[in-house]
Amino acid sequence: MGRSVDVEQTALPGIGLRHEFTTQSGKRVGVISHRTGRRDLVIYDREDPDRVCETVKLNDEEAEALVELLGAPRIVQRLNQLHQQVEGLVSLQLPIPPGSPYVDRPMGDARVRTRTNASIVAVVRAGRVSASPGPDFVLAANDTVVVVGSADSTAEVADILAHG
Amino acid sequence: MHHTAIIFLEFGAVLVGLGVLGALALRAGISPIPLYLLAGLAFGTGGILPLATSEEFISVGAEIGVVLLLLTLGLEYNADELVTSLKGNATAGIVDMVLNAAPGAICALLLGWGPVAAVAMAGVTYATSSGITAKVLSDLGWVGNRETPTVLSLLVFEDLTMAIYLPVLTAMLAGLSLASGAVTVAIALATVSVVLLVALKFGRFIEAFVSSPNNEVLLLKVVGLALLVAGIAQQLQVSAAVGAFLVGIALSGQLAHDARALLEPLRDLFAAVFFVFFGLQTDPTKIGPVAGLAALLAVISMITKLLTGAFAARRAGIAKAGQARAGIALIPRGEFNIVIAGLAVAAGVHPDLGPLAAAYVLILAAFGPLAAKLVQPLITSIAKRAAG
Repeated sequence: MGRSVDVEQTALPGIGLRHEFTTQSGKRVGVISHRTGRRDLVIYDREDPDRVCETVKLNDEEAEALVELLGAPRIVQRLNQLHQQVEGLVSLQLPIPPGSPYVDRPMGDARVRTRTNASIVAVVRAGRVSASPGPDFVLAANDTVVVVGSADSTAEVADILAHG
Repeated sequence: MHHTAIIFLEFGAVLVGLGVLGALALRAGISPIPLYLLAGLAFGTGGILPLATSEEFISVGAEIGVVLLLLTLGLEYNADELVTSLKGNATAGIVDMVLNAAPGAICALLLGWGPVAAVAMAGVTYATSSGITAKVLSDLGWVGNRETPTVLSLLVFEDLTMAIYLPVLTAMLAGLSLASGAVTVAIALATVSVVLLVALKFGRFIEAFVSSPNNEVLLLKVVGLALLVAGIAQQLQVSAAVGAFLVGIALSGQLAHDARALLEPLRDLFAAVFFVFFGLQTDPTKIGPVAGLAALLAVISMITKLLTGAFAARRAGIAKAGQARAGIALIPRGEFNIVIAGLAVAAGVHPDLGPLAAAYVLILAAFGPLAAKLVQPLITSIAKRAAG
């Protein structure tokens, strides 16, 4: 782990909250959380550090998309750490090959948990993470499925997803 | 013609006129308040198109407009924010009050209008329009700026000061003796503290009463409660506006957010009526003689707000450019100043007070946001040069 980021929080009476921090390269960035649910991503000017030089207004969906883009590698990284920390627990990233019998079928059809005791905790598609997907989540070719379980059970999941 | 028919015709014409003016303001990117005031001037006594019968109807609408303006203002803040803001920014808040109340008060005294008019004019020049300033901050993308929390907490401080100032002014305008005036002010202070305490400790009980999944029920309960408390406050000589403001503060969280969204269209309608009504009461022919004075007062109080902004922002560790922006953001005057002037005009303090306040607010409501827009690139380039 790197050094933790020093996030400063400021109340904006009547508007909401502002969080900001300085990146290692010296850029100051912040997020304004409006009470209305709107989020603004703001970047501060280098010459006039009190001034915002760029404001990106984000609605709920856009903010969520940004979080997923930034969070995707983080989730996998954290799972890998978890895997190292807990003995006997394995997390695997399993690609769905185009020839898999579960392409375009709801994930529940594979009955992964009943058959192997392992859990599918996330599906990564084109860089976006769907955390805790439900049984009706439809898989697509080239998705990456993240499974957590024992070494044996996760290997079984790999087999099920590849060959049915 | 039938009486009702005339009222509808006149009121309808006024609203359509305001709608057109609002569209113009939107296109020009300025606050519609100065245009509403101008419309009121045109429709009032001595104007181009004086209204015959609906003035009484409009005056009740204007009173409701004040209640709704203050209620929605109160809804923007919760009690926690007010207390934190009081604790952290009292010094800057007091500097703001002294520097900006002085021009109005001194002006009234120099004109020989007497102490009551001086107190009223102090309020007219003191309060920044939180509505216009909030819009300037968001339009120019200044919300994220590091001087903005300072500006916002000054606005909170001003609004809280109003909760004490308005009852004092109401008591003075009613011509109460020093003793009964002091009682009124004591009642006002006690009410404000009780409401803040109740909001802090028992806010959820009030919210449990008001809260409803149905918008209609919520709207009726919030407006009803605000009018009830406003009525009681008025009866106690504490000023109806303050009562409504306190109801707004007592409500917080999701409930306040929902109520605000419901009230906004209603407030916009009645607030527009309020600005027109103030214009109606002002004789446009009286503005000419005080226009020069209003302009001078506007320039002086722009400077005092710039000084206030610089002082408050410097205390918060903001650099020169941010200090200038904080001052500029504080320049606009608007709804509160007209509310104060409206009270003084209704009490007949001085015939020239209404026209002077109208001209003053016209200048600063229009020029404040414009100044911010024009000065922004200048400040940035100066800051760049200083850094480069």
